[in-house]
Amino acid sequence: MGRRILITGIDTFWGSMTAKSFEADPTVETIIGLGTSDPKVELERTECLRADHSYSIVSRIIKSTKVDTVMHTFMVTETSAFSGRMLNENNVIGTMNLLAAVGGSPSVKKLIVKSSSLVYGSSPQDPYFFDENSKRPSLAKLRIEKSIIEAESYVKDFAQDNPHITVTLLRFSNVIGENVTTAITKNLKKRILPYLFGFDPSIHLIDEEDVVSALVFAANSDLEGIYNVAGDERVPWSEIGSIAAARPIPLFAYATNLISAPLIKSGIVTITPELMDLMKYGRGINNTKIKQAGFSYKYTTSAAVAKFCKLNQLRINLGRAKPEYKYQKEIESFFKHSPAVIGESITSNE
Amino acid sequence: MYMEKPTKSDQIKSVESKIVKLVDKVGDNEPESYRQSDVDRWGRSESIRKLTGKLFDPMYTKYFRAEWEGLEKIPTKGGALLVSNHAGAIPPDAPVIMHGIEKELNRPVYGLADFWFRTLPIAGTLWNRGGGVPAHPSNAYGILHDDQQLALVFPEGSKGPSKLYKERYQLRRFGRGGFVEIAMKSGVPIIPIAVVGAEEAMPILTKLPSISKALKLPYFPITLNQVLLTPFLGPILASVAYLPAKFKIRVLDPIHFDVPPDQARYSKTKILDESENIRLRIQDAIYDMLAHRKNPWLG
Repeated sequence: MGRRILITGIDTFWGSMTAKSFEADPTVETIIGLGTSDPKVELERTECLRADHSYSIVSRIIKSTKVDTVMHTFMVTETSAFSGRMLNENNVIGTMNLLAAVGGSPSVKKLIVKSSSLVYGSSPQDPYFFDENSKRPSLAKLRIEKSIIEAESYVKDFAQDNPHITVTLLRFSNVIGENVTTAITKNLKKRILPYLFGFDPSIHLIDEEDVVSALVFAANSDLEGIYNVAGDERVPWSEIGSIAAARPIPLFAYATNLISAPLIKSGIVTITPELMDLMKYGRGINNTKIKQAGFSYKYTTSAAVAKFCKLNQLRINLGRAKPEYKYQKEIESFFKHSPAVIGESITSNE
Repeated sequence: MYMEKPTKSDQIKSVESKIVKLVDKVGDNEPESYRQSDVDRWGRSESIRKLTGKLFDPMYTKYFRAEWEGLEKIPTKGGALLVSNHAGAIPPDAPVIMHGIEKELNRPVYGLADFWFRTLPIAGTLWNRGGGVPAHPSNAYGILHDDQQLALVFPEGSKGPSKLYKERYQLRRFGRGGFVEIAMKSGVPIIPIAVVGAEEAMPILTKLPSISKALKLPYFPITLNQVLLTPFLGPILASVAYLPAKFKIRVLDPIHFDVPPDQARYSKTKILDESENIRLRIQDAIYDMLAHRKNPWLG
């Protein structure tokens, strides 16, 4: 019997892309995707299911499918496209429900959780490079940070209570890529980059491809514990703008939301509370532990920005011509399950 | 109209994959870099440092007339922790020592200081680009052990520069000996440095604690410079202008610790003994230098 994998957050880029790379792996027998909406990427053999934000259905699914690996990618780590009120429901209650379901199932051997380096915070007292054991020097004030820290504490308790399950927690730095929508990519797509006047902190970015390959790497190896995942190089904020050919937009560093309200409220620049902290003090991440475990990054921070910039320029010059993929449940299940389908299903995109 | 879409998307896909290949032309193990500036991982920029060095050099050679003794004791290779006394309301000893070593030995020096500098707009960024790094143990370990560079630390912290002129050249407590522990952990020697001149460059007459509290500053001094120079330079320039004191810097013998590096903890007794020993050596050297000094302005 091959591996049976459950992926949460199949409607996110991460969930669907990891599902896609598992589809290419012949040792993976079954892939079940769980999401609050339909997947946005065409998937061949992944079974997609709808759930609510707190994933209350997950326990029934795990019991009946007897999956051996659970990939938890739906943690929201960026608030530019997410209302603050749903964070608790999604990150904390969702993780709690998932862990309860996994703990009650005898079949699960491995749990991979996608988390964020937001747990380290961003403050002047920070060390220049956080490693996996670093304590957070500042108090968590933002709702998103609190929700991720709380979710992580559930995961840590779970790992202690269930020593027979290999638990891997991956903390990703800020992500950059054509397909991800974050405050940083939203701004860079418009070829602007807001900055706080007088501050030029350094940060790490990671390419979207590296995020997916790190998740797959964690599922295919026997990593255990917490791992930081961030592109090599700590690059100053201003340099990210110049690599991406973005026009810098200065914001006043104090009472920013009040003074720059016209810019922010009109949607010219996209600012999230967690980005505000990052623009002031940055965040350095020690990414060597996962490298020593055998993972290799494809892109450095600057290369990820350069790649994003080139693809973005192409998009600006050619226009958004990609046909949007629409998930249609009846048609997908017809191709997957109907006895009438005897050949390979021909997909429109390939 | 509808039929056009897939062809255009195919075009994009093929160009996209070409770009990805272009970006990714180096092998898997060595991800390529597209860096444009020379800001290193600690935030120091060689080019900005060169520029500020050029601006500061006349100050160093002509104004403070810095004079070194025992500069050969600072290694040209490998990590070392430089430990010095700290003085003057806006301490000029840090840039003088850093500039002197970078000029004479042609190797960078990272100045470990309070994280408070990071909170300053513009000045904080310049401080960082010039080699200033918050004095976090993990930062010091990375600079000394991983990068094998020179780091300068003032264990007195803000207690040194905030002391009054009447307390000049009386070294304060050397923190909790954290600098000794980090040198032991990194496996690098400590090189004590005694500086004379910084006290006279900006002597503090009195301090106003209520203003420093209100402005969230570590201390708010009234300096001799402000009193003497305000009529000529105005209150702001007079607060940052130094008096032309003669700087003398003596490098003392390096101290090597006979303990293995990378231990989780070191004996507190040993740390505090070594810390006090270093403090006394610097204090003795200062007394010796002051005994031979004829005039604070001419040396």
